[in-house]
Amino acid sequence: MQMRLFLPPERIARARELATRIVAPVLEFIEAHTTVTVERATLRLAGADGADPDGVPVPNLVVDQLRERLDEGALKFWVNALVRTGEDVAGLNQQIAAGLRIDSLSLADPAAIEEKAAELVATCARRVKGNRALREERLARYAGKNHAPLLYVIVATGNIHEDVKQARAAAEQGADVVAVIRTTAQSLLDYVPYGATTEGFGGTYATQENFRIMRAALDEVVERQGRYIYLTNYASGLCMPEIAAMGALERLDMMLNDSMYGILFRDINMYRTFVDQKFSRMINAWAGVIINTGEDNYLTTSDAVEKAYTVLASQFLNERFAFAAGLEPWQMGLGHAFEMDPSIKNGFLMELAQALMAREIFPEAPLKYMPPTKFMTGDIFKGVVQNALFNFVSQMTGQGIHLLGMLTEAIHTPFMQDRYLALENAKYVMNNMADLGNEVEFKRDGAIVGRAHAVLEETVAFLEKIEKTGLMPAIEEGLFADIKRPRDMGKGLEGLRKKADGYWNPFETHLHRELGL
Amino acid sequence: MTQIVRPYGDTLNDGAVQLSFTLPVPFGPRGREAARLFVERLGFRHAEIVHAAALSEGFSFYVAYGRTEVSVDYDAIHVEEATGEKLYSMNEACDVIRARLGRKVVVVGACTGFDAHTVGIDAIMNMKGYNHHYGLERYHEVEAHNLGAQVPNEKLIDYAVKVKADAILVSQIVTQKDIHIQNLTELIELLEARSLRERFIVCAGGTRINNKLALELGYDAGFGQGTYAEHVATFLIERLIEKAGV
Repeated sequence: MQMRLFLPPERIARARELATRIVAPVLEFIEAHTTVTVERATLRLAGADGADPDGVPVPNLVVDQLRERLDEGALKFWVNALVRTGEDVAGLNQQIAAGLRIDSLSLADPAAIEEKAAELVATCARRVKGNRALREERLARYAGKNHAPLLYVIVATGNIHEDVKQARAAAEQGADVVAVIRTTAQSLLDYVPYGATTEGFGGTYATQENFRIMRAALDEVVERQGRYIYLTNYASGLCMPEIAAMGALERLDMMLNDSMYGILFRDINMYRTFVDQKFSRMINAWAGVIINTGEDNYLTTSDAVEKAYTVLASQFLNERFAFAAGLEPWQMGLGHAFEMDPSIKNGFLMELAQALMAREIFPEAPLKYMPPTKFMTGDIFKGVVQNALFNFVSQMTGQGIHLLGMLTEAIHTPFMQDRYLALENAKYVMNNMADLGNEVEFKRDGAIVGRAHAVLEETVAFLEKIEKTGLMPAIEEGLFADIKRPRDMGKGLEGLRKKADGYWNPFETHLHRELGL
Repeated sequence: MTQIVRPYGDTLNDGAVQLSFTLPVPFGPRGREAARLFVERLGFRHAEIVHAAALSEGFSFYVAYGRTEVSVDYDAIHVEEATGEKLYSMNEACDVIRARLGRKVVVVGACTGFDAHTVGIDAIMNMKGYNHHYGLERYHEVEAHNLGAQVPNEKLIDYAVKVKADAILVSQIVTQKDIHIQNLTELIELLEARSLRERFIVCAGGTRINNKLALELGYDAGFGQGTYAEHVATFLIERLIEKAGV
């Protein structure tokens, strides 16, 4: 796709330079800290799993036992327990679930612990690399079979077995990406539930077993349809890195994974989120997962016309944080949304400008484009038209990941037929105007080009302001989405630890090496 | 007087209705006939399946038309809305508050329980409002506190006590498995347990809320789809004037 908005490259470069300077001090903070969920994610990668009779997961049991010594890294004590008890991983999990305390075991010879840990890292790396290789092999085998942009649907019944039926149906109708939306409670839980689940509100619990069940079901469709189906979940909330770890182990392909979403929209402590997002993104980078960032959320709370620059600014910051965690551009599903008030005269032109601007500024990123939600009403017939216009913009501007709009958006979680109608709508529009984008040039002094330039300029000005203020103070002052989040407030702060001098995490070391960080 | 009413297609009393639904059976002539019979069973004459499609191996989708003889007596219908036809505009509302109450009205709003969807409470409270209807934050004579999403009922009450609120607004968007009913009921029970129920005007809002449901659950009013800040403000002002007896 050729450049068509005549955006000044030096202003884009200026925005990237500002983003780098804004993120740098935060990265220093991140390096010096760990959190309870970073430690639990590390334990999960090593093989800690299962739950006690009350449903408390083994990684939580371990971290709770080590509360006072977490700054040394939890893995040392768990590996020590393997060495000391002579158990294998499954056996130790069972013992811990049955009440074994590993904090009271005396430490074995450091060399023995190192050796055991190296073995665990190698086992995990084989599995994650195997998953990545399998995905790459299937994508190569079925190259050209997916839609462009990828058509993305959500299932959300609360019951993983019901989700499987809905996901299979959607995949058979042409969906390329299936996301199992989480139950509304989960982002604020400081643990990941264990096992298959059948109850949830507005979604289904993310558990490793649920991941496995859905992956297996979709893999059957992959073979039958001869098309790869991407499985998506949410590495967000208080357990970002643990969900990423589970996803790496069970071959999820995409993760919702934003650097600041939890702070702003879930009132999670900012220190906690910054540390968590980094480790979760390193795991995602390693596993070949495509992240989806959450810029659409800025527009559900603020006005999409006035605050368009906050979306672009956040995209620059998310990109910077992603690079710092080893993600490559093809893994950065930077987000934005079609959320302008449909009654605005020429609103469509502004939507088109915004989408094309993102495409041109992030040429290699598989942009994640979100459908209208805020101005969807019970008028399902109008909703179909709103979604058709959204489909039009997405196709014309070459978006990467296209979340399908549902005609019943404002009414209920999608019925099976709603997804079918959405897929038919998108397939029709996108096929019927497949090459329109290559036929059209915009007037250099026209409204679309002018709008994109104006938003870019506002973005640079906004980033200048944040750079001057500092990212954490800027969040405290409410510069993002008009939401103020003090740095010592919010959920999960008690789970933050400054790393001790002897902090030991061989998985982190391995990730650094693999990702060239 | 009775006034018999049926759906209108293109002729009075033709009873024409449009339906769409999914059946858990494969697409094909047998599925299509099942769909037609189902529509007939609903009481429609001239049931016609105008479109059928396969959703997946075991599911099929139908669009149907039918004509019904079922009717309602329009004359016998009464609806309770929280507000009458007269609504105060933002400026009128502020004028009335100044003139009749002589102080600012304090409103606390939140999306409670695990519900993370602030779109409803934001539409009513935020400065910007929704669809060109400004929210309560923009009302000079209203002190609006929007606590956002996932606020526990206890905290909402504590906050309302702290700022001496006149009214509490609760938004519930997620209604799966009737979670909103549990949440809304809990708030009233907590208020009653702390003998605070009479102290506040308590309103519920959300896409699946209506005034009747809210009254049944012990609220002062309920607001559903199509509600703007003017509706809520008008109700609150009238109720406050009534309470104050001014």
